[in-house]
Amino acid sequence: MSFWTRHQIFEKNSIILVAGILVVIAIGGLVEITPLFYLKSTIEKVEGIRPYTPLELAGRNVYVREGCYLCHSQMVRPLRDEVERYGHYSLAAESMYDHPFQWGSKRTGPDLARVGGKYSDEWHVTHLINPRAIVPQSIMPGYAFLSRAEIVEAEVAAHLRASRAVGVPYSDDQIANAAADLRAQADPDNAGVDAFTKRYPKAVARNFDGKPGTPTEMDALVAYLQMLGTLVDFKLYNEKANLR
Amino acid sequence: MTPSQTAKSMTHGEAGLVLVFALSALLCLFAAAKALDSAFAFHALLSSAASLAAVIVIANRYFARPAGVTPQEINGRPNYNMGPVKFAAVMSVVWGIAGFTVGLVIALQLAWPALNLDLPWTSFGRLRPLHTSAVIFAFGGNVLIATSFYVVQKTCRARLAGDLAPWFVVVGYNYFILVAGTGYLLGVTQSKEYAEPEWYADLWLTIVWVAYLLVFLVTIIKRKEPHIFVANWFYLAFIVTIAVLHLGNNPALPVSVFGSKSYIAWGGVQDAMFQWWYGHNAVGFFLTAGFLAIMYYFIPKRAERPIYSYRLSIIHFWALIFLYIWAGPHHLHYTALPDWAQTLGMTFSIMLWMPSWGGMINGLMTLSGAWDKLRTDPVLRMLVVSVAFYGMSTFEGPMMSIKVVNSLSHYTDWTIGHVHSGALGWVGFVSFGALYCMVPWLWDRKGLYSLKLVNWHFWVSTIGIVLYISAMWVSGILQGLMWRAYTSLGFLEYSFIETVEAMHPFYIIRAAGGALFLIGALIMAYNLWMTVRVGEAEVQSPVALQPAE
Repeated sequence: MSFWTRHQIFEKNSIILVAGILVVIAIGGLVEITPLFYLKSTIEKVEGIRPYTPLELAGRNVYVREGCYLCHSQMVRPLRDEVERYGHYSLAAESMYDHPFQWGSKRTGPDLARVGGKYSDEWHVTHLINPRAIVPQSIMPGYAFLSRAEIVEAEVAAHLRASRAVGVPYSDDQIANAAADLRAQADPDNAGVDAFTKRYPKAVARNFDGKPGTPTEMDALVAYLQMLGTLVDFKLYNEKANLR
Repeated sequence: MTPSQTAKSMTHGEAGLVLVFALSALLCLFAAAKALDSAFAFHALLSSAASLAAVIVIANRYFARPAGVTPQEINGRPNYNMGPVKFAAVMSVVWGIAGFTVGLVIALQLAWPALNLDLPWTSFGRLRPLHTSAVIFAFGGNVLIATSFYVVQKTCRARLAGDLAPWFVVVGYNYFILVAGTGYLLGVTQSKEYAEPEWYADLWLTIVWVAYLLVFLVTIIKRKEPHIFVANWFYLAFIVTIAVLHLGNNPALPVSVFGSKSYIAWGGVQDAMFQWWYGHNAVGFFLTAGFLAIMYYFIPKRAERPIYSYRLSIIHFWALIFLYIWAGPHHLHYTALPDWAQTLGMTFSIMLWMPSWGGMINGLMTLSGAWDKLRTDPVLRMLVVSVAFYGMSTFEGPMMSIKVVNSLSHYTDWTIGHVHSGALGWVGFVSFGALYCMVPWLWDRKGLYSLKLVNWHFWVSTIGIVLYISAMWVSGILQGLMWRAYTSLGFLEYSFIETVEAMHPFYIIRAAGGALFLIGALIMAYNLWMTVRVGEAEVQSPVALQPAE
């Protein structure tokens, strides 16, 4: 019986055809995806990586909501010009708590993986309100409405809880104090700042949008942008330790 | 017992659906009352109203229909169910024009950012997913559902399975589009490219898709032909694989069942790999396998020639679906994804070139002995040019998946150009060709209203595509080279914003190309509308042409 005659079993039996399709399409996915969950070399061990603070997470959710990833990548590739333009190439560990990942696929604007600390808070706020006020040739939309939108404090803890359920290691302490931490990070004079920085080492409490009152989405987004790429201290990072 | 004596009673399907939708109307109303955010409240209210409308429509249909079940055959000929096909065909034209228009708007926004209006609902970041979803899932999806329901009936010589089920699929799918699209405008998104809809829209799509698979599969099972026609293999692979991809990429935990926001189960590297396994195979199975099915039915039909090689189509089918699944990691070259996965992705992407071109050859060579029809039949020309575009972009894709090429092309407009040569040239044209064939068949017209208008559509859109993709090639390669340019002293030559400024003229050319493509689609909409209204207008057979010697 020739190959072509044997093939008729698929042509004449729809259930066998469906089974054949399922088997054939399963192989590639299984081989490429499953090892990523158990190969230890997939995500290197790096000092300094921590979950997002409640304010940063709220800012990240604004970033996700507005579709920033459609124009900004968060993935510096190990190419000479990128490392010189943006900084050290991105490590897998730096996005290990990102649900969803926001590596992006297009750079209509520059990469943001290491934008943290490069510009002042005031620069970011002015730029977000009207990008062309700072960069005349910019083609980015303005996001003035973020300054007017307040973060709903009551829901913050639920966001941390949901994140924990999908694998981000928030502690009970961090979840219980989520709303307090949110307020503390946006107000350097808040009594809770010390407790907050103890819970989130190296996190910075500042009045990001420069305005008093309840934290806004502008506070949150700027807090997020200012921490991007700053968790790993590359003066201490040993590249050889993670050779794979 | 004669049918006239049968007392009229609701079928299990009718009664069940009425109950389910009545319950859903109440639940959605409850969810709207408890909603945590306004977008969720809006969608809950919309769903409640839609469920209520579904109850009314099903009840009305029941009272209007005759007693007894619809016959499977009338006078020994299959009693085809073309209502849902017509609905999906009309929706595909509507969504197509909406999607192309939004594409034009965002293209103009990139040239003139003031057009973002600085409002949340009109900014590029929210409109871009609206554009991609409207063209891929709304336009493309409706074309696929319409043609698959048409082809499966004709090639199986059997009526579509189910009574309400096909209607549930087409209307349910379009409701999913409505929820997803309005969600984007309101900021409801997972921000996973081409998988933006949030958890509740995803759940709804899962239900609709299972119904789609069942209707399609059961129709095949009822077939009167011993063989399952080639096009149906491709449709089946498309339906089955999209289900697997959708489930794999989208498991998410809602923050609250009364809110729109969720957190995706996967994080970081794993999420990236899942996303591009999904993303690339949305291209491979939604935009390729599904539309190849269209090629395998409509080109032989229109050219009145058999498929060039049946054996080639067997190899084409299995090789294509096996290799495509591996190609995802080429979207993640030089990222934090492990190198072994990147290398696998590149290797399989290059191999994928072969089955892709095998399919192209099978489509083009079907014209053997009928090439002269290209001069007289603009619809066939559109179908054939679509296959040529398919060949071009399936060569370009493997080339761009080579890591060194990708280091230049990735993150630039070259990718956008590549996508559009495939989307406008291949998916767009093969869909237009299928619609031009199918609309006269569905509405029992002898032919199209005007072949001259098809000709206009073809040329206007082709010029549009050429402008679009050449502008993106130039801007993409230019920007990639500018990013890596060094001065003689070893410094980066250009600041980022200088590279943005350099894109401006190409963004204008691209928008012009997009506008032409949109105009072409509007010509088609008018032509199809007139075909349905008045049918064939002019004498279709032009002066007898001498076939080429």
